[in-house]
Amino acid sequence: MDKVQNNKAWFLVLPVLVVVAFSAVLPLMTVVNYATNDTFGNNQFFWAGLEWFEEMVTSSRLHDALGRQILFSGIILAIEVPLGIYIALNMPKKGAWASLCLVLMALPLLIPFNVVGTIWQIFGRVDIGLLGRALAAVGVDYNYTNDPVDAWATVIVMDVWHWTSLVALLCYAGLQSIPQAYYQAARIDQASRWAVFRYIELPKMKGVLLIAVLLRFMDSFMIYTEPFVVTGGGPGNATTFLSIDLVKMAVGQFDLGPAAAFSLMYFLVILLVSWVFYTVMTSLDRQEGR
Amino acid sequence: MARITLSNLAHSYLPNPKSPADFALKQMDHVWQDGGAYALLGSSGCGKTTLLNIISGLVRPSQGRVLFGERDVTDAETAARNIAQVFQFPVVYDTMTVRQNLAFPLRNRGKDAAYIKARVDQIAAMIGMEAILDRRAQGLTADAKQKISLGRGMVREDVNAILFDEPLTVIDPHMKWELRTQLKSLHREFGHTMIYVTHDQTEALTFADKVVVMSEGTVVQLGTPEELFETPAHTFVGYFIGSPGMNLLDAKIAGTRARLAGAELALARDYGTPQGRTQIGIRPEYVSLTEGDGLPFALSRVEDVGRHRIVRGTVEGQAVNVVVPEGQALGAHLTHVGFAPERINVYADDWRIEGGAV
Repeated sequence: MDKVQNNKAWFLVLPVLVVVAFSAVLPLMTVVNYATNDTFGNNQFFWAGLEWFEEMVTSSRLHDALGRQILFSGIILAIEVPLGIYIALNMPKKGAWASLCLVLMALPLLIPFNVVGTIWQIFGRVDIGLLGRALAAVGVDYNYTNDPVDAWATVIVMDVWHWTSLVALLCYAGLQSIPQAYYQAARIDQASRWAVFRYIELPKMKGVLLIAVLLRFMDSFMIYTEPFVVTGGGPGNATTFLSIDLVKMAVGQFDLGPAAAFSLMYFLVILLVSWVFYTVMTSLDRQEGR
Repeated sequence: MARITLSNLAHSYLPNPKSPADFALKQMDHVWQDGGAYALLGSSGCGKTTLLNIISGLVRPSQGRVLFGERDVTDAETAARNIAQVFQFPVVYDTMTVRQNLAFPLRNRGKDAAYIKARVDQIAAMIGMEAILDRRAQGLTADAKQKISLGRGMVREDVNAILFDEPLTVIDPHMKWELRTQLKSLHREFGHTMIYVTHDQTEALTFADKVVVMSEGTVVQLGTPEELFETPAHTFVGYFIGSPGMNLLDAKIAGTRARLAGAELALARDYGTPQGRTQIGIRPEYVSLTEGDGLPFALSRVEDVGRHRIVRGTVEGQAVNVVVPEGQALGAHLTHVGFAPERINVYADDWRIEGGAV
């Protein structure tokens, strides 16, 4: 049977192309425009080439923000992933307690980002916040507004509180899909608790775990609202992550050229890391299928 | 290795069982002799798997004790019982190679490497997997995975018993026969106690020395295949074993006579006057078509199954099957069925009664 060539089907893709063009490509192109031009107002632009990119790549301000960003993402991944797995392993498997746990776990995920920030901003205040007052009462010198370490601790604990549930729920779903016979066989084979985790639970969780890590990496790398509400990037620049710095540059200082160049590089970094993740994930899948 | 005793055992999956119907396993006393090859036969949902899981310790019985030899293991963990069990669906450790899978139960028990290697090679030869020992278990076919599960069940030499829970369900028929033969020869060689759960009577009768038939949570008979065939202790056994199953007919029993369908049949033994619902049971193999002796028979159809023919019909509305050997002519003149008196079993309320000497 001959295949009929019919390219009219491409027209069906057209609406999507139009939507994507208006929602993503055109806005991105205006950013590209800003990144390669300089302006002194009046809507007059002068070609600047890669000048802004050069300035940004060599800027120590950006290097510092990037360092803080990588440190932040690294720390919260190192805490949230093991903690999420641990919680998922210890959650009840069925019954009323399981439902209650699921609801409680999902609650932080449903709170809007700026509300989370406000909650912790007040919670941590030394004058009226429960946490701040309690720590002061037991003699801990805690003040997130002028101690960089305290500010970091607050922002990290807040993120762990906000997002560990996501990792835990994804892992929980992975664990629920393991048939009971696997655990029974492991008991027959006298497998230790660690062996059960290593050879049964972890392989079955691997897929969802990779997604969880990817989501948490992307989200934490782009984090803006919560730390901005709590610390405003301070004290000094101690908690100024990439997004916060970007907003300061673009909206605060109105340096649109450098900010646009910065945005593009920021975008490419996230795209690159996500692509690497995706490639690793699919190649692992292919290995399994063999 | 040890004798396994189930004493006063019963199990319910409900926290507060009230009526007998709440029990998945009704009260039983049962002894599995050391080194026996048993088949546990029964229809789906009759409690076979529950019984197996109680022996291996995966399920704790609601009441009663489990003894290995003289040791009470009712509260002992599965690992402490030193039992091997193979499940209905394959369980393999995906990230390990076939070799690591087979070695896993031995490694967990701290055996030395040389012993493990020798033992794994031996088992691999038995299940025909030497060629793919170093491949990852993931991505193998279902029956290859099940062979790995079987291998893991047999890799330990010192187990108290090996339990098989319908292990050949996913294996293709040719391989089924081969693996069953291997299990049997393994049993002869090492003398492990083996309990083999199945709902397939051919599998049960070819594997086991002793067959335990279960129905609705109760053991209805323990016997050799021959005993199950000749003298089923319960109507369920008569009906479940044999193809087709035993003919069961309501009849009035008085001494050495059975009355049904307006005729009287001679019995080989004296049964007195049993109470309750009384039935006579006779295997289709022992029924013959006659020209006028015996009971009036209305033939409904004939099935030719190759070696013999099965004649299906009724005696006064009750189904009766007859196995007619090859070569024997059928015809319209055969209007009655005769039963061989010494082959007739008598049942009162489904349980076989032992007649007295005449």
